Formats: sequence, structure tokens, C-alpha cells
Amino acid sequence: MAVEILMPALSPTMEEGKLAKWLKKEGDTVSAGDVIAEIETDKATMEVEAVDEGVLGKILVAEGTEEVKVNAPIAVLLEEGEDASAADSVGSASAAPEAPAAPAAPVAEAAPAAPAAPVVSVAPADPEIPAGTKMVSMTVREALRDAMAEEMRRNENVFLMGEEVAQYQGAYKISQGLLDEFGEKRVIDTPITEHGFTGLAVGAAMAGLNPIVEFMTFNFAMQAIDHIINSAAKTLYMSGGQMGAPMVFRGANGAAARVGAQHSQDYAAWYASIPGLKVIQPYSAADAKGLLKAAIRDPNPVVFLENEILYGQHFDVPEVDDLVLPIGKAKIVREGTDATMVSWGIGMTYALQAVDELAKQGVSVELIDLRTIRPLDMDTVLASVRKTGRIVTVEEAFPICSVSSEIAYQVQSEAFDWLDAPVLRVTGKDVPMPYAANLEKLALPNAKEVIDAVKAVTYTS
Amino acid sequence: MAGTQSKSSGGRAKSATKARGAQKNVPAIAEFSKEQELEAYREMLFIRRFEEKAGQLYGMGLIGGFCHLYIGQEAVVVGMEMAKEKGDQMITSYRDHAHMLACGMDPNGVMAELTGRRGGLSKGKGGSMHMFSKEQEFYGGHGIVGAQVALGTGLAFANSYKENGKVSMAFFGDGAANQGQVYESFNMAKLWNLPVIYVIENNKYGMGTSVERASSTTDLSQRGASFGIPGVQVDGMDVRAVKAATDYAMEWCREGNGPYILEMITYRYRGHSMSDPAKYRSKDEVQKMRSEHDPIEQVRARLLEKEWASEDELKAIDKEVRGVVAASAEFAQTDPEPDASELYTDILL
Repeated sequence: MAVEILMPALSPTMEEGKLAKWLKKEGDTVSAGDVIAEIETDKATMEVEAVDEGVLGKILVAEGTEEVKVNAPIAVLLEEGEDASAADSVGSASAAPEAPAAPAAPVAEAAPAAPAAPVVSVAPADPEIPAGTKMVSMTVREALRDAMAEEMRRNENVFLMGEEVAQYQGAYKISQGLLDEFGEKRVIDTPITEHGFTGLAVGAAMAGLNPIVEFMTFNFAMQAIDHIINSAAKTLYMSGGQMGAPMVFRGANGAAARVGAQHSQDYAAWYASIPGLKVIQPYSAADAKGLLKAAIRDPNPVVFLENEILYGQHFDVPEVDDLVLPIGKAKIVREGTDATMVSWGIGMTYALQAVDELAKQGVSVELIDLRTIRPLDMDTVLASVRKTGRIVTVEEAFPICSVSSEIAYQVQSEAFDWLDAPVLRVTGKDVPMPYAANLEKLALPNAKEVIDAVKAVTYTS
Repeated sequence: MAGTQSKSSGGRAKSATKARGAQKNVPAIAEFSKEQELEAYREMLFIRRFEEKAGQLYGMGLIGGFCHLYIGQEAVVVGMEMAKEKGDQMITSYRDHAHMLACGMDPNGVMAELTGRRGGLSKGKGGSMHMFSKEQEFYGGHGIVGAQVALGTGLAFANSYKENGKVSMAFFGDGAANQGQVYESFNMAKLWNLPVIYVIENNKYGMGTSVERASSTTDLSQRGASFGIPGVQVDGMDVRAVKAATDYAMEWCREGNGPYILEMITYRYRGHSMSDPAKYRSKDEVQKMRSEHDPIEQVRARLLEKEWASEDELKAIDKEVRGVVAASAEFAQTDPEPDASELYTDILL
């Protein structure tokens, strides 16, 4: 049976092209794979190969014709022995040398509206800590170590890998003692090759293990960010739900002290913009422990952002058997009525200083520790803003396209009518981190800036 | 032999398998039984017809974006599949349709993914470069050049961790062979003796740049030398040579010797992707490969010569294969697009 040869699409963007040259003429025998014509696309001159075999019965579009639409018939191929007249019975009267109209080219329909994003189900509240539970003073460092040790005891598919995590006991001593307890099979020193070992860990996660990848700092994870985003975060979606990467990427993030521009960046906003990741940035030791345990159990890739300055700070941690906290749930640290303050991670140090000072001055601030950056618990934030009518955010990261930017957007979008003042943010300055002690201090936020912001939104002085 | 260079390996390897260093025992050719020849013929033909159909559907605008065809390279994945055991994993780049078909993944699902339909293996959300199957131990389908090498090393790490005796096969091209993470992976794979076969599908061109123009040393099988990883060049146009070399590498890995490199000297007949006019090579070069070294024609000639199959029987195989491919194309065109509600599913578990 005679078949039409159609003008092929030869690039992702091609809609029409020029039939530059016929390399076969009417009556020629054609085998599959033979080049029959040359077509000029918007990008290049391409060869058109025959898909079927037969005899070129009729050329419908003369060479040199421009603006031939994709899918327009350009020739008729006859089966061996078929009469040339069969060519006429195929298609319409499209033998004109002019570019024939494309058959039923898809009319640009009005784009259907995207369905609404599903409402993120509200994370459950923190588990009730029974009255009388003993509180233990613990550093963030110890809390993180205990979290990993407890989860490694619980699930033998959990392992830790990273630079200096085993024999050296951790560059920041977070993994102290883990090698002794779990052995070198599960506590693994890697070469200094973030790109490679992160990819390896993602592959291991795809095969069913639950890796914890420690980055000495997240600044070095820049080498590995392709695997965190392209390999870990997107695989579940790209596979239609068949496989993902149940794992944790953790380590020091943000500024330490006097370590310069390449070792001081806070990456929360970068990772928080990626669908397919969860991002946690805890402040206290209890949250660090409870959320790291939750992250290790989570079936998704979780980015867990720690802070070197916080590692050595002491906090009260409830002495319970299995402290697991909900990912995606903010915590109201201080209740207040005059203004809402939202912070997370090390930003909380400035926030707490400011809130305490403001309280002495008679300004009552409701302080919320986000704890998780993605998913963002805006329910808690918005409820507070609807109560106070004012909000200030506090973080150490760069201001542009920051987590604060996102919070400000959502607040104006969802609580516009409740706002009595513009949303203000206190952030790190929009400069690479300087080394000089005085300049570094200027680049970071401080309690006075936070107090000033609260005074500005409450119109007090 | 570390450091041995072969600047002039632009042509394909003369001998079927060129062993280097300590690996002189790699058999050049696996003698195939009639059944094996017929299996290889059917599988390679199936891949070729499938890819031709994909190219056709692309031309009709039914497949969008990128589409990287495997035509010419069929012997590599089919020979390796014939050497693999159940549970051994495969992972590759974006030129992945053939690997999935060879693994036994549903051709309807593959073709429907190419057309972006709900019956696609990734529900239409992955596209030609991103399909996966836990059941068939196929781990994608990756669009970032070289990424699958580190990931495939991780699959081998998991095998080692679980002590399950399985081997991971990480496929990548000659272009990816210059990626930094490949060498980071080589280092860890040998350091930890992971059971992984690095399969370099050297089809002579990384997109439009020939190996000679991109690589300081062109014997890619020796790229593991500084890590202590042995490797051989294999005639990737001869399915028997591929099978033999893979059998050897599999045994090497399963015995706990760590990784192995197989450089498959092969050739892609089509452009890098559908929009590549392939002006960087001559028509004669392509024609010579097609007429003298075609992997399918080689098996066909042997089958006829040994009278293991008649022309009619081979035609019947072609017809059967065309039927399967036509059915997949039909499914891929009639299956509806994904429901709009799928937009927000499968982001998190």
C-alpha cells in the first residue's frame, strides 16, 4: 500500500523547514535507512532517511520549497510492484509545489490551568514530653552524635560516610565514637571527592540503603550539588514514584568565625527551592537530635544544615528513649502579642537576645523557630501574624532570594489584611564574607539590628 | 602497561578484543550456540526496529525534546545482557532505550514514555532520558553526563554492603570518560573493591567531538590504570566478543577483585540526538561501518552460513519484532496524556 512520507520534525523547536534537495527521484527504489532528501531546519541542514522500503512514487513538494510545515506530506512511497497511479490516490491534492498546508496542525489551545498545589498536611505537634522528665544538658555536637548512633542501632542499612568521619572521629567531632561502635563497614572515611562520594551514596540509596553523607561543610557540597539535586531530589518524580533516595546530607553550614568567603555561606535558600528535598536547619540540641532522627527515618532525601558555632553550645534535652520530632513543624519559642519574629538555625541567637531585651523595654514579641525550611510551616507563622499584625525575620544568609524573601511573599499574599506594617528582614549583608574581624562582624546580623527592626514595625522608639 | 597510549585508535580495534596488561586471558570470542545466535539476532533487531520507530515518531512530532537513538550500538547492551545474572544492575546515560528493552522492560511502557503518556514507565513524567525499573534492576536513565558512573558505583557499594554477590554495570560514553567524577568513582571503587563493571561505550564521538579531539589518551580501557583497575578494548560490534568480555569481567567482579573496565568500540549510525546533522564525520565513514561491521548483519550472515536459519525464518523474526514495535507505537499514540492531577504526585514519599 502506498504511504505518505511526511515532513519530519528534526529538532525540539522545528515547526517548518525548507526542502533543500531531493536525493532520490521519482521511480527510484528506496531502502530503509537511505537518505532521500535534505531539509534545512532552523538550526542545520539535516538528512531525511527512509523508514520503509519501496519505490518513490511521487514527489509532492519540489526541492527549494520553503516553509514546509512539519507533518505535511512531501512524497509518496509505493510498495514494490505497486502501480504509480496508486500515488495519486494517497492524500489530498497536495502535489502543488507550494508548501502544502499541514494536515490538522494542532491548534494552540488555551493552556489549561494547572491544578492547585496540594495543601501540605500540617505536621503533627511535637510529642508530649511527660511531666517530670529529666532534662539533660547536652551540646548540639553530642545530640547529633547520639541521634546517628541511635538510628544506626535501629536500622542496619543506615551508614555514615564523609571526610574524616571515622578514624579522625569527625572534623568537628560529630561522629566521635561511632567507628568504635559500628566498625568501618558503617562508618566510612572517604577520599576528598565530594562529587564522587555523594553520587556513590545516592546510588546506594537508590539500591535500598540509607546513607548519611557528612559534608565537612556545605561549602564543599557545592561540588556535589548536582547529585543532591539532579540525582537525589528528582529521581522519585522522574521515575513516576518507583524509586528515590532515602538519605540524609548533613554538615556544618553558614558562617563559622574568620574563615573567609569560601567557607561561610548559608545554603538554606538554595536547597529549599528544590521540590523533592526536605531541608532542616535546627537551633537547639533537642531539635537537632529529634529532627536528625526523623530525617534518617524519612523516605526522602533530607538536607540537614548544622552550624559550627552552635556545635559546642549546651541545651536542655529531655531524657526520653526515642526523641523523634516532626519535620515541617515550627516551634513557638516565646509567646507574645506586639510583633512576630521568625528565625531558625543560628539566626535564633540574635533573635533570642533581641526578644529578651525588647521584653525589658515592654515590647512583647512572639518568637517562632522554623526548624524546618522545607516544607515551610507557614500555618504557624501566619497564625501569629494574624495575631500581632507585624513580622520580622532573622537569618544569617544573603538577603536576595532568601528564605526571608519567601516568608515575606507568603505573608503579604496570605495575611495582607492583617498587616499593620511592612514585613522587615534582618539578614547577612549582600557581600562575600570578609576576613577582617571588624568587617565580618558588620557582615553578619546582630541583636541591635533585630531590635531596630522590631521597633520599626511596631512604630516605637 | 600503565600509561600506554594509542593516539591512533580512531579506527575500530583490529582484533576482536585487545587485552592489555595482566588481562591476557580474556577470550576474544564466545562461541555462540544456535539458540544464542538467534537470541542475539532477535534482541538486536528488536532494538533497531524500536529505535527506527522512535525516530519516525519524533519526525511526526509525537516525541518531543531530546531523543538519543542507539542504532549501531546494539551488540553492546545485548551481549552484556546475555552475560548478566538476575539481580545484576544496569545504569546508563540518556541513550537508554536499548538498555531498558534488553533488561526486559515493557516496550509499550518505554514508547509511551517517549510520547509522554500515562502508560509510560515513568507515567510520562520522565521522558526518553529518565526511566527506571526496580523489578528489572535498571536504575536509569540519567541526563547529566557522567552522573551515572558515581551512581552505578553506589549500586556496587550497596551490593558489597549487603554481600549479595551482585554486579553493577555502569554504562557511559567516550565523552563522559573525561568527566572528573568518573575518576573519583574509579578511585573509590578500587579502594573499596566494589563489584562494578565500567562499560565505556566508545562510539567515537561525544556529541560532535571525536575522541581524538577530546581525549589526551584515546585507549579508554586504560583509564583505570592509575587506580589499578584493569580494562580491555572489546569489539563492540560483535555480540560474541561483548559476551565473552563481559563473562570475564563478571567473574572478576564476583571473585572480589573489584572493578573492571570494558571499553566497547562501537559506532552510532545516527546523530547524537535527533537534531544533530552529524556533519563532523563523512558519509563514507558511516556507510563503511554499516556495510562492513553492522552488528545485526554479522549475526545474520553467520546464521545463514551455518544454516541455523533460513531467509524465511529470519524474515519471520523481523515480522514478529516489527509487530511488537508497531504495537508499542500504537499504544504510545493512543494512550492518554497523564492526568493533570499527576503534576503534584511523586515529589515526596
